[in-house]
Amino acid sequence: MMLEFINTDYAYHTLSGETEAVKGLSFSIVRGQFVSVIGPSGCGKTTILSLAAGLIAPTGGEVKRAEERCGYMLQRDALFPWRTVEANIFLPLEIRGERGGEARARAVELAKKYGLGDFLKKKPGQLSGGMRQRAALIRTLAAGAELLLLDEPFSALDYQTRLEVCDDVQGIIKNERKTALLVTHDISEAIALSDKVIVLSARPAHVVAEHDIPFGDGSPKSRRNSPEFAAMFETLRGELGL
Amino acid sequence: MQGAAADTEKHMKKALNHSSGHEKFLRAVRRKKIAVWTIRCGILAVLLILWELCARFEIIDPFVTSSPSRVAATLCELYEGGNLFYHIGITLMETVAGFFAAVIAGYGIAVVLWLNDGARKVFEPYIVVLNALPKIALGPLIIIWMGTGYTAIIFMTVIVSVIVCIMNTLTGFLQVDGTMLTLMRALGANKAQILAKLVIPASLPQLMNTLKVAVGLAWIGSIMGEYIVSRAGLGYLIVYGGQVFKLDLVMTATIILCTLAGGMYALVALAERILTR
Repeated sequence: MMLEFINTDYAYHTLSGETEAVKGLSFSIVRGQFVSVIGPSGCGKTTILSLAAGLIAPTGGEVKRAEERCGYMLQRDALFPWRTVEANIFLPLEIRGERGGEARARAVELAKKYGLGDFLKKKPGQLSGGMRQRAALIRTLAAGAELLLLDEPFSALDYQTRLEVCDDVQGIIKNERKTALLVTHDISEAIALSDKVIVLSARPAHVVAEHDIPFGDGSPKSRRNSPEFAAMFETLRGELGL
Repeated sequence: MQGAAADTEKHMKKALNHSSGHEKFLRAVRRKKIAVWTIRCGILAVLLILWELCARFEIIDPFVTSSPSRVAATLCELYEGGNLFYHIGITLMETVAGFFAAVIAGYGIAVVLWLNDGARKVFEPYIVVLNALPKIALGPLIIIWMGTGYTAIIFMTVIVSVIVCIMNTLTGFLQVDGTMLTLMRALGANKAQILAKLVIPASLPQLMNTLKVAVGLAWIGSIMGEYIVSRAGLGYLIVYGGQVFKLDLVMTATIILCTLAGGMYALVALAERILTR
């Protein structure tokens, strides 16, 4: 088990009162799985990622995580524009205080493997949107993350880039045998990318349904082209109450 | 503006082997730049000539308005008396010292306030009030506390500029992109690391803006200080010239001040271009 939410609650406190973001949430992710969480907007999806990352502690229940590093990918790539792509990829290593050349060499190796070799000395501003998200993913992987937490990482991209980057990122994650938890509001993205889709209710969020996605050969393209895609889309749409 | 100029320069260098259409475009850009500079200098020349002629033919009273030739004569007089660079040096020293002290202190205080939310909340009203206070009101106090030497004037320069330095720098710190902050926290960075690796580099453009504002304020501070209390410096020359009705001296000192302030601003702009490249 890579990550497990057991009857988890989380409540925000603001001056105007207490807001329950998550209530009685239970689901689990096994190693190597790509899981998507979809739900109505404002249902506390980002809260779930913060809980999974350990940035916040649950107010009730439990979040269990394997003793491994997790990495965050956000809506925008958050590459630092004053650093080169290479220096951006080294950022997590610097923060951990790893000065050794070994981790850095591994990071560069990874970047080269996924086609960033020519861009290492460039600034992020000189890269296309797709390449920037790829660099952000490599930064996460180079940090040695086993569990990747993806917070709508494609939502800021234009449609064409988005399709391309989706496939790209999922391919790399699968290829590196990492585990991923993606939150998104895009139903077709969830079906195309995931091994399992979890549908959440409106706030306070709890699980409405879980679906394994058995069809296709695992690539987003094969899933989109599969005849079962449309039926699954309708099912999820119904469960979201749309 | 400066960024755009730097860009065109960069492109010009790159363009050595470009098509004739691009060559034409670059020539047009260059021509425009030359035209702007010609007109800029032309306006200055016309104003100086008009001023001189009006004074010469007594359309305006040169005793009250002075004239370029009288300013030049005064400059020579000051130079020959050995006083020119003495006064310039004093004022420049006070301004530059006050400028650096204010910028460094302002930056340091902003860092402390950024690191400590509680302190920021506590000190906010103090900063707001000190910012609104006309600093010249402190003149008499400063003379009594610090005497009549240049320390009093440097102190004046610092209090005039430091509050704005704190506020501007802190605003820059607090404007750092939220996504990047989340990233740093998710990577497990502590506050010092967030400051060093994200907040300080991300707010560099804002620091450069602060420096530009601080240049102007430092001159206000030093000249105001010299008005209140001084025995030397350009502000002293202006006040002294006014008191004995030597308006040539007032004009001369003012023109030197213009030149120095412009020069100092240009240096900061140059530093900006080098640092934010």
